[in-house]
Amino acid sequence: MASPADAPIDYAAAMVTAPTSAADWIVVAPVLAPILLGAVLLMVRHKPVLHPWIALPGLAIVLASTVALVARVAAEGPLVMTMGGWLPPFGISFAADMLGSVLAMTAAFVALVCAAVAVRDIDTTGRRYGFYPFVMLLMAGVEGSFLTGDIFNLYVWFEVFLISSFGLIVLGSERSQLDGATKYAVLNLVATTLFLIGTGYLYGIFGTLNMADIARKAPGLRETAPLMTLATIYLLAFGMKAAAFPVNFWLPASYHTPRIVVAALFGGLLTKVGIYALLRTQVMFFPVERAVLSDVIAWVAVATMMLGVLGALAQSDIRRVLGFLVISGIGVMLAGLALGTPAGISGAVVYAVHSIIVMTALYLLAGEIAERTGGYSLHDVAGLYRVSPALAAAALLLVLSVAGLPPGSGLWPKVMLVRASLEEGAGMLAFAILASGFLITIAMGRMFALVFWREGENLAVTREARREGLLLLAVLVAPAIAIGLWPQPLIALGDAAAAGLLDPSSYLGAVFPQGAQP
Amino acid sequence: MRTVIFGSIAPYLTSLMVLFSVFVLLRGHNEPGGGFIGGLIAASAFAIYGIACGVSPVRRALRFHPMAISGAGLLTSALSGLVSLGYATPFLTGLWAPEGFMGIEFAFSSVLFFDIGVYLVVVGSITSIALALEERESD
Repeated sequence: MASPADAPIDYAAAMVTAPTSAADWIVVAPVLAPILLGAVLLMVRHKPVLHPWIALPGLAIVLASTVALVARVAAEGPLVMTMGGWLPPFGISFAADMLGSVLAMTAAFVALVCAAVAVRDIDTTGRRYGFYPFVMLLMAGVEGSFLTGDIFNLYVWFEVFLISSFGLIVLGSERSQLDGATKYAVLNLVATTLFLIGTGYLYGIFGTLNMADIARKAPGLRETAPLMTLATIYLLAFGMKAAAFPVNFWLPASYHTPRIVVAALFGGLLTKVGIYALLRTQVMFFPVERAVLSDVIAWVAVATMMLGVLGALAQSDIRRVLGFLVISGIGVMLAGLALGTPAGISGAVVYAVHSIIVMTALYLLAGEIAERTGGYSLHDVAGLYRVSPALAAAALLLVLSVAGLPPGSGLWPKVMLVRASLEEGAGMLAFAILASGFLITIAMGRMFALVFWREGENLAVTREARREGLLLLAVLVAPAIAIGLWPQPLIALGDAAAAGLLDPSSYLGAVFPQGAQP
Repeated sequence: MRTVIFGSIAPYLTSLMVLFSVFVLLRGHNEPGGGFIGGLIAASAFAIYGIACGVSPVRRALRFHPMAISGAGLLTSALSGLVSLGYATPFLTGLWAPEGFMGIEFAFSSVLFFDIGVYLVVVGSITSIALALEERESD
């Protein structure tokens, strides 16, 4: 039972010996805080009064640490901490580069807003059922996915947020929820299984799971190893998670069933994790293979955009309309991936940030509409402008944002992507982005006109509307408009993220500081 | 399943199995065993007790809700990683107390607490599932 300090072993060969500064902990704090507080929430599950008091500060810690992380990464480049001190590639690294930290920050922001909305939206039964513990574990999974530097660890975080999302989607245990949850669960499990198969195959080829190590070894293996197969498996697996055509059918089948706060979280966050994983694997690991696949990705992007927007035009339930809009946005981000140029990827990252904020806000808007009118059907809801002009104003700004019209946040990423497509001579992509934006304008304009301007009686128009909901919606609308009016800072972050992905040398240098060969 | 023989032997069997699970947990530091397998043994002990004597005696005997035990385990494991913060080492680094604990020489380490956390998570979640299944059966 001797302690390891007794034996004369050279630890520097296997372990990180340099002291880790406490400031470096911001790279694990976004995952650690939700896990710790989620565990506490599990222990006090039967005292629902306490739940928001634990969950909201926890998510505020996540937001604060991700903001600090973005500032740190912008100033000093990628930040790495390797768990347990074992040298990479053997220890599991957490590596925050600009792509991961920007998305982590946006995700933390909308999660905090959603948790605040849930304080009044999720009743005691829902809390006893475990709403807040599930949200905390979902956030641990999402933040872990954005920040981890290990491909198998990414799979683990995918499972963490997937399992939490199963719990959240059946909150309430209604028949339609179980139906939606089954489709959601089965198809997502197929996707993660494909991801796992691909990762096993990748390990067989590379002998490593560390993302930086994979990116470093890929050029040497390109002649001999079946990297094309790997890239295609990952494209399919993550495309399924991101709800890209033709593997998108789980999303419209399930996203209208859960509580509206849960739908807001899902619509904002989960598909973007798929996009993040696509960017990470296709651009950083397999850039040459991505270039070969770019035609396929481009067609998938066009089909996804068009299918999403045509679905949105055809639906009459507001939540279903929004579900299809999520899909259409995925197509726009895939267009950036198909281009693969710095401008294209930067556009995709900026669009992802816009989409996280605006889709969450739109689902919360749907919740506010239902709060005042008692339903989600476009046939029934009417005349809301008279009831709440403020809500109409927020709705108009969100409609402009999602359609990509000024002064909304959707304008600039679409401008970036259209310009990038034209530079690459991909006129089809540019046309699809513009055409889908036009059709979204029609779909959302129709929704806005029916809900707010049409004369009519509502089912429950007399219900007392609460101010907090509108206030929290404004908290989400404000950054959307701010991005629309003053996009330079976000575009700079997007450019930095794209540069870091296309030339991962600073990322590799951060994970392997001595350039040590394994 | 509530026969006299099974009913009278189950409490002894359960206590033996829980004791053995703790032995396996502590042994797992450098030898086969550990938190996960120890937790499974303890959970099967509670499941046997539940089959023999009914679910509510098990719930009473456990005092805490199984999911709360699970939460406590997750908290213990995460906190054991947090100890690293005070020693300027990365998250989850294994740290040993140099002289054992209170003069007794044994591997008193953050790793041990991580393993205890795993044990509690497994005990809590598997017991929770097992008891829920047994409840359905008896109703």
